[in-house]
Amino acid sequence: MNRLDIQGIGVSEGVRIAKAYIYKSSVGASGESSPEGNYIPDTSAAVQDELHKLREAKAGCAEQMEKLIEKAKEAVGEEQAGILAGHRKLLDDPAFYPKMEARIREKLETAPRAVAEVVNQVASMIEGMSNDYMKERATDIRDIGGRLLACLSPGQSQGLAGITEPVILVADDLTPSDTVQLDPALVVGFITRTGGATSHTAILARSLGIAAVVGAGDGIDGIGDGDLLVLDGSAGLCIARPEAAEAEQHRLRMQQDLERRQSLEDYTARPAVTADGTRVELAANIGSAAEAEAAVRQGADGVGLFRTEFLFMNATAMPGEEEQFRAYQEAARLMVGRPVIIRTMDIGGDKELPYLQLPKETNPFLGYRAIRVGLVRQELLRTQLRAVLRASAFGGVKVMFPMISGLQEWRQARSILAEVQGELREEGVPFDEKMEVGIMVEIPSTAVLAGLFADEVDFFSIGTNDLVQYTVAADRMNEHVSHLYDYFHPAVLQLIRTVIDASHKVGKWTGMCGSMAGDPLAAPLLLGLGLDEWSMEAGRLSSIKERLEGLDRAECRDLAERILRLDTPQAVRQELEAFCGATIPC
Amino acid sequence: MFTQTVTIQNEQGFHVRPAQLFSEKAGQFGGEVRLKTNEGRSADGKSMLELMTLGIEQGAVVTIEANGDGEQEVVEALIQLVESKFGEA
Repeated sequence: MNRLDIQGIGVSEGVRIAKAYIYKSSVGASGESSPEGNYIPDTSAAVQDELHKLREAKAGCAEQMEKLIEKAKEAVGEEQAGILAGHRKLLDDPAFYPKMEARIREKLETAPRAVAEVVNQVASMIEGMSNDYMKERATDIRDIGGRLLACLSPGQSQGLAGITEPVILVADDLTPSDTVQLDPALVVGFITRTGGATSHTAILARSLGIAAVVGAGDGIDGIGDGDLLVLDGSAGLCIARPEAAEAEQHRLRMQQDLERRQSLEDYTARPAVTADGTRVELAANIGSAAEAEAAVRQGADGVGLFRTEFLFMNATAMPGEEEQFRAYQEAARLMVGRPVIIRTMDIGGDKELPYLQLPKETNPFLGYRAIRVGLVRQELLRTQLRAVLRASAFGGVKVMFPMISGLQEWRQARSILAEVQGELREEGVPFDEKMEVGIMVEIPSTAVLAGLFADEVDFFSIGTNDLVQYTVAADRMNEHVSHLYDYFHPAVLQLIRTVIDASHKVGKWTGMCGSMAGDPLAAPLLLGLGLDEWSMEAGRLSSIKERLEGLDRAECRDLAERILRLDTPQAVRQELEAFCGATIPC
Repeated sequence: MFTQTVTIQNEQGFHVRPAQLFSEKAGQFGGEVRLKTNEGRSADGKSMLELMTLGIEQGAVVTIEANGDGEQEVVEALIQLVESKFGEA
């Protein structure tokens, strides 16, 4: 077969070259195995034979899972391993596997059919329950079912546990639970048919340091199992069956990339300190409790942004207080006392939730989203705040409200929080009475009024992604105007300075959780402006640490002064590049 | 056969973790263990899946029934587990 270029969306950088591993993730289409293959002949030999196959598959599956549990203990820690161990126990449940054997004996079903039937039966029973937390367990059942099916027909769909050498996964889609189980030493990259840049899976890939391309569409159909693949996670490109010289060239790029990563890893263990000895607080943006663990491993001082909407977007119904509480408490526990800033849900806009039935809007970014939803559908916000407050009893939890555009919204949100605190106090439920409460600064009106807000909030967190798009009125996903979208725009920089200065004036602090905080080029400027807390995707922490170690705060202050007098983003970039070139090689 | 009734006290009822702890304890027993609700539904005490799909909520009264050698001990141990609210706060 010939060389093939497949273009997708690059969501996690890195160049990787390895064999393709076609992965089918779930039991979704399970029941529909070929109809003629659904039943076995009514002879005792056929029944015995089918039972034997099923038993073998169960034993193989148990063995795989035990290996995976061992692997998980090392890779992601006891907690995730505990989840897998729970799955392993389900395999021995009297209401699960024995029912499959019974169906083969009594209904003469083939082993795959029996597995699919029992899995669907049990999973739909669980899905029908009223408790949100339990509903999620249906996914576990389907997960195990998928494993069993994979063991029954090893040729067709391979589980992740069968991977023994470094590969690039090729899949229709990967669920976050698939992704979190990936071992970065074996799965060096993945390419999927569906998915987008902001998907949970993409974010997880970045925090695990796995190169990833998503949304490749039908292009992936041209990839065969075992084909050599080059995956470029920055360019979003995948080359199947590259020519020899080309492969060699990419192997070299991969080598350089891995070496660089290795050298950056040396930074993870030590705190971020500038050349003049200033300690800088670096935090990670996470979307699930599981990522908190990866963040700690990559050297985060805390969590600067816990995007809670993923908790909601991965569910089929609104997660209840208990389920939310568990997720927040888990993150707090994993961060062992380090700060965890939980942002109340930022849904609406481009993040739809089918079960909320929010109206479609023509201009979603200027519409009904985030705190605007929370202040109307107060039951949602109250449930979330109860869960956050309860989690605050377990560690350094802070909360912040997104999309605040004026003081009245902040005051309303704050008073709802006070009411919820009152309820908990009355119920005798423990929470941190001193929990800090802040706001996201992502709307220019709020940045301009930072001085007024500073008297009332405990902290600010600047969300540059939205702040830039609202300030310059440009959508960075729109190719016609994306050149206008630039966080080095002088107006954006003025706003950032206003916010930081306003907080310092009254002894408070400002963090930043947009992509600007993870850009090494912006680091000297942000240091010079006095940014207190920098929060980014965990994969970026080492690069920023490396950068900060070469910077002197006084020099950066002077640089910031110079930059704030410049009139175009281009001039700002030039100044930063010149500064960067003059101080350290970059 | 030995039976005894108990009230479910923990806030979330018989969810995943209680079902797991219960089935593990029951699983150590050689004989049969069943858990029955007031409405006449019942589950294999050794099956976490059956236990959790009963959807037993806080305040429900259930009967634990065991059959076999040491039946009284296993029922008492399970009652104690339920009464400890499965170690939850």
